[in-house]
Amino acid sequence: MTAPTITITIKIWRQAGPDVQGSFEEHTLRDLDVDMSLPEMLEVLNEQLTRQGKIPVAFDHDCLEGICGMCGAVVDGVAQGPEEKTTLCQLYLRHFHDNQTITIEPFRARAFPIIKDLVIDRSAFDRIIQAGGFVSVNTGAAPDGNVLPVARHLAEQAMDAAACSGCGACVAACPNAAAMLFVGAKISQLALLPQGRPERERRALSMVRAMDREGFGSCGNERECEAVCPKGISIRNIARLNREFLRASLAADETV
Amino acid sequence: MSWFTQTVTSSLGKKYIMALTGLLLGGFLLVHAAGNATILLGRTDFLSYARRLHSLGLPVTIAEITLLLLFCIHAVTGLVLFYRNHQARPSPYAVSRRAGGRTWGSATMAWTGIAILCFIVLHLTNFYFADHRRSLADIVGGILDNPLYSALYCAGLLALTLHISHGFWSMFQSLGLNHPKYDGLIGTCRWILCGSIVGVFLTIVILLLIKRNYLA
Ligand code: HEM
Ligand code: SF4
Ligand code: FES
Repeated sequence: MTAPTITITIKIWRQAGPDVQGSFEEHTLRDLDVDMSLPEMLEVLNEQLTRQGKIPVAFDHDCLEGICGMCGAVVDGVAQGPEEKTTLCQLYLRHFHDNQTITIEPFRARAFPIIKDLVIDRSAFDRIIQAGGFVSVNTGAAPDGNVLPVARHLAEQAMDAAACSGCGACVAACPNAAAMLFVGAKISQLALLPQGRPERERRALSMVRAMDREGFGSCGNERECEAVCPKGISIRNIARLNREFLRASLAADETV
Repeated sequence: MSWFTQTVTSSLGKKYIMALTGLLLGGFLLVHAAGNATILLGRTDFLSYARRLHSLGLPVTIAEITLLLLFCIHAVTGLVLFYRNHQARPSPYAVSRRAGGRTWGSATMAWTGIAILCFIVLHLTNFYFADHRRSLADIVGGILDNPLYSALYCAGLLALTLHISHGFWSMFQSLGLNHPKYDGLIGTCRWILCGSIVGVFLTIVILLLIKRNYLA
């Protein structure tokens, strides 16, 4: 039995480099297996472009299993595509219909400059993490496994926050290009656990300052981030970030 | 920079300012609506309310100045945020669709804010800076029997409805007050407050348009 196939026309953003003007290019791809994912479809496009002697489309991906957070694009106006809680690599052609035109563009934010075509520079997230998204641990013998009691419900909430893969879809979807869902998740996963408590205030102050330095917008509480996040990170984590920063600003003994 | 400057100039700090000033402005609106509800009771009650309020003297002046300050801080901070947020995405998307979070209220905060600003200028010109040799009831009746003004006041109320339909919930979130236990309460208060404030003002506008001599 052969799998059903469809024809898709894609309007895709092409931009040769960071500082050059980009534009849309249109390509029609025929007889595509409906069980192909979006990155697989782009591979088919690239083979077609290579055969025509043209430059293939640059795009990021790694695991292709919806885990790593490397892939990402805005598909028909929605970051990571129109399916709920999916990464680009988990978006399949069966979610589209025959002869549909799909518009694919990169995540757009001043803090995420375009490197080429769909590839963007997300190192702003790395610098925010470097500013405080970690716990300091003394080297030496490993501590006893259960020496720190952690309540089950807090462990669950921390684990939910820790699911954030840093894909950047929240920034892409935010009308203000704010990074609050990402930073909220990263602050929460540590603030909820005893290991994160000692550096709690310094972390909140440093990470928010790093976020502001990168040129992200500020949160308008519009919840678009939550609606596109492939990991289902809740905006309650943004509220926790607001609390942590307020508390640290008003009551921290340390100056950062 | 002092810790205070550092806090209020940060992106989160600006939102704390918006939330706190928004809360106080909303509190004023509630009091203003309650006071103006005396219009519904007729000319005598309205005038005696106004006379008693103004006989308080200094506290009223202090409240007026505070209100003006709150308003300016809220509007300026809001416009700064609007400009910064615009800068954060220099090249817009070719296709842009709501993923499910955005509402009409949330999408238009800056525009409804600017509309409220324009409305307040009109409103103050109409009443605050009016010729107070006439009685307040005559001034109010004289403005709101004009369909053009009724329409402008309705437009102002529409902007206000949109603004607080998002602003009320947003304010709690900005201050970090989001917990499953309070979702229902905040959701209910949002519509009760929004409905009662706008309801009172809208009733007055419609009443004075239909019954032109109501305050005479
Ligand atoms: C009586 C009048 C007003 C009330 C009761 C009010 C109330 C509020 C509230 C409660 C918020 C939510 C704050 C938050 O998200 O934490 C808000 C946001 C906002 N207000 Fe107002 N407001 C009023 C007038 C204005 C005016 C005159 C402007 C002027 C331009 C304005 C501009 C804004 C903007 C831009 C925001 C969104 C801020 C953001 O999320 O980035 N508002 N307002
Ligand atoms: S919060 Fe969600 S959308 Fe944002 S970076 Fe993390 S996984 Fe991606
Ligand atoms: S490539 Fe890893 S999540 Fe898509």
